[in-house]
Amino acid sequence: MPQDRDIAIDVRDAVKRYGTFTALKRISLSIRDNEFFTLLGPSGCGKTTLLRMIAGFEEVTEGTIYLYGQEIDRLPPHKRPVNTVFQNYALFPHMDVLENVGFGLEMLGKSRAEARARAGDVLEMVQLSQFASRMPYQLSGGQQQRVALARALAPRPRVLLLDEPLSALDLKLRKAMQVELKHLQRETGITFIFVTHDQEEALTMSDRIAVMSEGELQQLGEAREIYERPRNVFVADFIGDTNLMEVTVDRIAGGRAQCHLGGGHKLTCDAVEGIGAGARVHMSLRPERLFLSARPVEEESLSGTVREMIYIGTDITTVVDLADGPQFTVRSSNSTRGNARVFEPGAKVAVNMEPGAARLLVD
Amino acid sequence: MAGGGATGGSVQADTYREARTWLLLPAWLVLGILTLAPLTIMLVYSFLTKDFRGGVVWDFSLAAYDQFFFDRGLFGDDPPRIEWTYIGIFWRSIWQAGLATLLSLAVGFPTAYFIATRPERERALWVFLVTIPYWVNLLIRTVSMRFLLRNEGPLNDGLMAIGVISEPLAIVNTNLAVQLGLFYSYLPFMVLPIYAAVERYNFALSEAAADLYAPRWTVLRRILLPAVRPGIVAGCILVFVPSLGSFLAPDLLGGARNFMIGSLIEEQFKGNAGNWPFGAAASMILLTLVLILLMVLARQSRKGEA
Ligand SMILES: Nc1ncnc2c1ncn2[C@@H]1O[C@H](COP(=O)(O)OP(=O)(O)OP(=O)(O)O)[C@@H](O)[C@H]1O
Ligand SMILES: [Mg+2]
Repeated sequence: MPQDRDIAIDVRDAVKRYGTFTALKRISLSIRDNEFFTLLGPSGCGKTTLLRMIAGFEEVTEGTIYLYGQEIDRLPPHKRPVNTVFQNYALFPHMDVLENVGFGLEMLGKSRAEARARAGDVLEMVQLSQFASRMPYQLSGGQQQRVALARALAPRPRVLLLDEPLSALDLKLRKAMQVELKHLQRETGITFIFVTHDQEEALTMSDRIAVMSEGELQQLGEAREIYERPRNVFVADFIGDTNLMEVTVDRIAGGRAQCHLGGGHKLTCDAVEGIGAGARVHMSLRPERLFLSARPVEEESLSGTVREMIYIGTDITTVVDLADGPQFTVRSSNSTRGNARVFEPGAKVAVNMEPGAARLLVD
Repeated sequence: MAGGGATGGSVQADTYREARTWLLLPAWLVLGILTLAPLTIMLVYSFLTKDFRGGVVWDFSLAAYDQFFFDRGLFGDDPPRIEWTYIGIFWRSIWQAGLATLLSLAVGFPTAYFIATRPERERALWVFLVTIPYWVNLLIRTVSMRFLLRNEGPLNDGLMAIGVISEPLAIVNTNLAVQLGLFYSYLPFMVLPIYAAVERYNFALSEAAADLYAPRWTVLRRILLPAVRPGIVAGCILVFVPSLGSFLAPDLLGGARNFMIGSLIEEQFKGNAGNWPFGAAASMILLTLVLILLMVLARQSRKGEA
C-alpha cells in the first residue's frame, strides 16, 4: 500500500470497461506531488476516461486510486479534494464570473463574503479582475477558459485536472496560455494533471509525460527521455517527426548493433535489450539529428538523391531517396551558421548522422 | 412586431415592404376572427342587460359586474355589501388550480427528468407513452376517473384488499377528487416543456458543480433548476390556466359543493335559466386575473435572465 507523501495520485491496476469494450486495460502510474503531469495520446486512447475516474465521474471497474495514500475510488466527486477544468469550460450560465469562481468555496462552507474575497484574489491571479461582474456569455473563449481555471483553482485543490483546456483557443492564445498555466502551476504548487493529444504542447509544458494508446500506457518519463529514448514504435512515431526504418540486425558487438536497411545500406547504433542478431525490427532516426553533405563524411554515410526540398521558415526539410532503399527526411535549421547546405532536387548527397541519432525499437 | 425583421438590414426590409401586408393577412385574419372578435363580443355583452330566456337586451348596464361584487338584498334596494359568493368561487378555483399545478409539477418534473436522461433513441418512446392517454376524449377520461375513485371503485377495493384501509375513502365529491382530475387532465402540459428544457440542459454543469463540492440536492437546487426554469414556468402556466377555467373535472368529480369558475360561467350560457351578461362579466374578470398573473411571471423570468 503506497503511503508515500510525495505521491499525489497513485493509480493501481485500473481497468475501465463499458459493457464488453475495455477503455482502460490495467493502467498503473504514480503522479508526484507538485508535478506538471501530462496524459498524452491519440483520440480515443482513454485519457478523458482516466481523468474522469480520478475526478469521480466514472467508476473504476477494477483497481484502486489513491490520493496521497488515501483510497478515493469509492468517494463521490463532491468528496474528492480534486478540481477539474472542463474542456468546454462548463461555466454556470446564470451566475456571474465572481459567483462562478466563488461557488466551490461556498460549497466548502466558507461564508459568502469570504468566498467573494478569495474569488477576487484568484481572478486577479488570472488577470480577470475587471470582468468579475460579467456573465459567462459576455466573455470571449479565452476569458471563459481563464474563469474555468480560476474556478477550479479557488478552492485550493490538492490536484487539478485539466482536460484539453486549450484545444478551443487559437494558436497564439494557446501558446500564451501554455506559459501561463506552467507559471500558475509553479506559483501555486498544486499538482496538475493535464490531458492533451498535442505532443508539442506536452513536451513544452510537462515535468513528466505518460504516453497512452488504446487504453494502455506506452511510456512514462520526462519530455527529453520520451523524445530521445522512445521505448517502442508507437511512441517514436507519435512524438515528433521521425524516420521509421525497417532494419535487420546483423551482429551485436561491444554494446553496438550492426544493422542494414533495404538496399544494403549499413548502419550501427546502440544495442537495445531484447533485440538480438537476426531480428527484423524498426529503427527511429530523428530528421534534425541527420545532416547532408555533398560527399560522405564518414564511413557509414548513406548515399542518395534529393527528391524534394521544402522550405518551412525556421527549418529546411529535404527528402532523400537512398539508392535502392527507403526514403529519408532530413531537417536542418535555416541559418548560415548551422550545417545547412541547401541541396536542390536531383543532387547527389550523403546522409550523415550525429552519434546516437539512430535508435532501435521494440514493436 | 412588423419592424422586428429590419435588424438584418434595411435593404431586405424594403424588398418585402409591399408584400408584407398581404403575407401577414392570414395571421391577422386568424387573430381577428378567433381572438379579437370573440373577446370584443364578450366584453360588449358583459355591459348589456340580460333577457329572461337567455340572450341579451341591447341596453347598457353595469348590472353584471354589480351582481358579481355586491349584494343589494333580495329586492335590490338594500345598501350594497360585498358579495362573497362569487369571489369565494374564484378564490377556490385559484386554490384548486394552484394545488393541481403543484401536484402536476411534483409528478411531472421527475417524469420529465427521467425521460430526458434516457438514451436518445428511447426518449421518443417515453414521450409517446406519456401522451397516449390523451388521445381519449377529456370527458370520457374524467368520467372514468370518477369510476376509479368512487367508494366501490378499483382504488378503494385495491387498498382494502391489501389492508391499508378498512373503510372506503370518500374521495369523489371532494376537493381532492377535483385536484386529481385536473392533475390528470393536464399533466402532459407540465411534462413536455420541462422535458424539452432538461433535454437541452448541459449535464457537464452538474458535473462541474459536483466537482466543486456541491452535494446532489444542492446541484439540483442551484444549477439544474435555474437552468430549466423557463420550462417549469411554461409548464405551470399551461396547467394552471386551463385548470382555472375547467368545468368538467369540478362538475363530474367535485359535485355541487366544489363548484369552480368554469362551471359558474358554463351555467350562465346553458338553456333558458342563464344570465349571459353575468357569464360574460365573470369571463372578463377571469381573463384579467390570468393576464395579471402572466405579466407577473413574465417580469420575473426576465429579471432572472438579467
Ligand atoms: N460512456 C461510454 N460508453 C462506451 N464507451 C465509451 C464511453 N466513454 C468513452 N468510451 C470509449 O472509451 C474510449 C476512450 O474514450 P476517452 O474519452 O477516454 O478518449 P480520449 O483519449 O479522451 O479521446 P479524445 O482525445 O478524443 O478526447 C473511446 O473509444 C470511447 O469510445
Ligand atoms: Mg478526451
